[in-house]
Amino acid sequence: MRYVDEYRDPELARHLADRIAARVEPDRHYKLMEVCGGHTHAIYRYGVHDYLPESIELVHGPGCPVCVIPMGRIDDATAIAEAHPEMILTCFGDLMRVPGGRGSFLDARARGADIRVVYSPLDALRLAVDNPDRHVMFYAIGFETTAPSTALTLQRAKADGVTNFSVFCNHVTIIPAIKAILDSPDLRLDAFIGPGHVSTVIGNRPYEWIASSEQMPIVVAGFEPLDLLEAIAMIIDQLSDRRAEVENQYARVVRDEGNPVALRAIADTMTLRPWFEWRGLGSINHSALQLSERYAEFDAELRFDVPGVRVADPKACQCGEVLKGVLKPWECKVFGTACTPETPIGTCMVSSEGACAAYYNFGKASRQRVELKVKTGA
Amino acid sequence: MCLGIPGRVAEFDDINPHLAMVEVTGVRRRINVGLLEDERLAVGDWVLIHVGFAMSRIDEEEADRALEGLRLMGSGFDEELAQLLETDPG
Ligand code: SF4
Repeated sequence: MRYVDEYRDPELARHLADRIAARVEPDRHYKLMEVCGGHTHAIYRYGVHDYLPESIELVHGPGCPVCVIPMGRIDDATAIAEAHPEMILTCFGDLMRVPGGRGSFLDARARGADIRVVYSPLDALRLAVDNPDRHVMFYAIGFETTAPSTALTLQRAKADGVTNFSVFCNHVTIIPAIKAILDSPDLRLDAFIGPGHVSTVIGNRPYEWIASSEQMPIVVAGFEPLDLLEAIAMIIDQLSDRRAEVENQYARVVRDEGNPVALRAIADTMTLRPWFEWRGLGSINHSALQLSERYAEFDAELRFDVPGVRVADPKACQCGEVLKGVLKPWECKVFGTACTPETPIGTCMVSSEGACAAYYNFGKASRQRVELKVKTGA
Repeated sequence: MCLGIPGRVAEFDDINPHLAMVEVTGVRRRINVGLLEDERLAVGDWVLIHVGFAMSRIDEEEADRALEGLRLMGSGFDEELAQLLETDPG
């Protein structure tokens, strides 16, 4: 066990591992999906697999904001920036290396576009205020964890009467993504490890249907390896007891009702899109947010001509399968050879929350074991 | 983006109650605390910060754990922490 000394409480880790081992049923194979990319990262970083019986397989989900951006949405933003020399395109650092059909933002910057990394959407707004003769467009990404930040930034821009600022909105919502996963015929899951910080915003209630209609357990978890082990123990308990419930392992941070202030800010500034194209998952109805009518003046898609580029993923790229949990990162043909964090072909290799990057950085040590587990188990 | 960075509220902005100086790993940085307006935040409270916004109130033990977790998580998160400390959204 590689990182056992780094567990805050190795004794507790062992205790949880024993509890899990004692409750798994012989001859049963368990597929648990961790929805959140932060969890994927933590699982590989701490070798959580190493504590689990062979029969428990952790399947990585779509909850990595950078990973689900389709190539065309990169090209669209590049095209807008290149058509407007006065523009400063701003985005989070993770996004710079995401490949589009015409290269990444880094490539576009090398061609002359003014593209800058910001830490917060408020930094983008500040840039607009400081540069009244330029236009600052913020490329917004993320699930419900980051949508409130964009929402508050928009409210601030409106209140301050800023006119040279806009948002190219790519915020996505977690529930339709989970639905899409469940509708996918290639994958049979037993339960979900629910996202921690998305749930601080949306709360636990939006997951009720997973338990009631789908009869599947979902346990919202924190990001420590001990949190993940405890959540897995809670899931195995539920499955052994033939229960399907929404449980909250991360109650020290997540409340049932979420954060009402954040939800109100999202509702004020954004509405659901009829559909949105996800990388690898295809078009999903009502799965993403666009600016609401009240904030139309800040909507980059209304202010500028958007080419609406749709580019097929490169042939070699299997991010779609990885995002749906159908393939493990190392099963992609180009993993670690043509596709590395330095030269990513797909998005999952770009962000530290992406399954391929997490596995590339930390997973190699337990690769053989996990491979074996998948072969014998599936 | 998904992992919050813990910080401790050091002082509130006189003019805009949604802004606070928050201490993150010993460095002071201005943070928007508007999303926690229902929480009656006070100086000394710990919060988890995502992209410049305090998203949840936490206790000190949780802050310690989160920081330790971030430290162990490695590169991607070092970058985010560095960015947090270098920029000031005001
Ligand atoms: S290895 Fe690269 S191309 Fe293959 S799934 Fe991962 S990110 Fe996509």
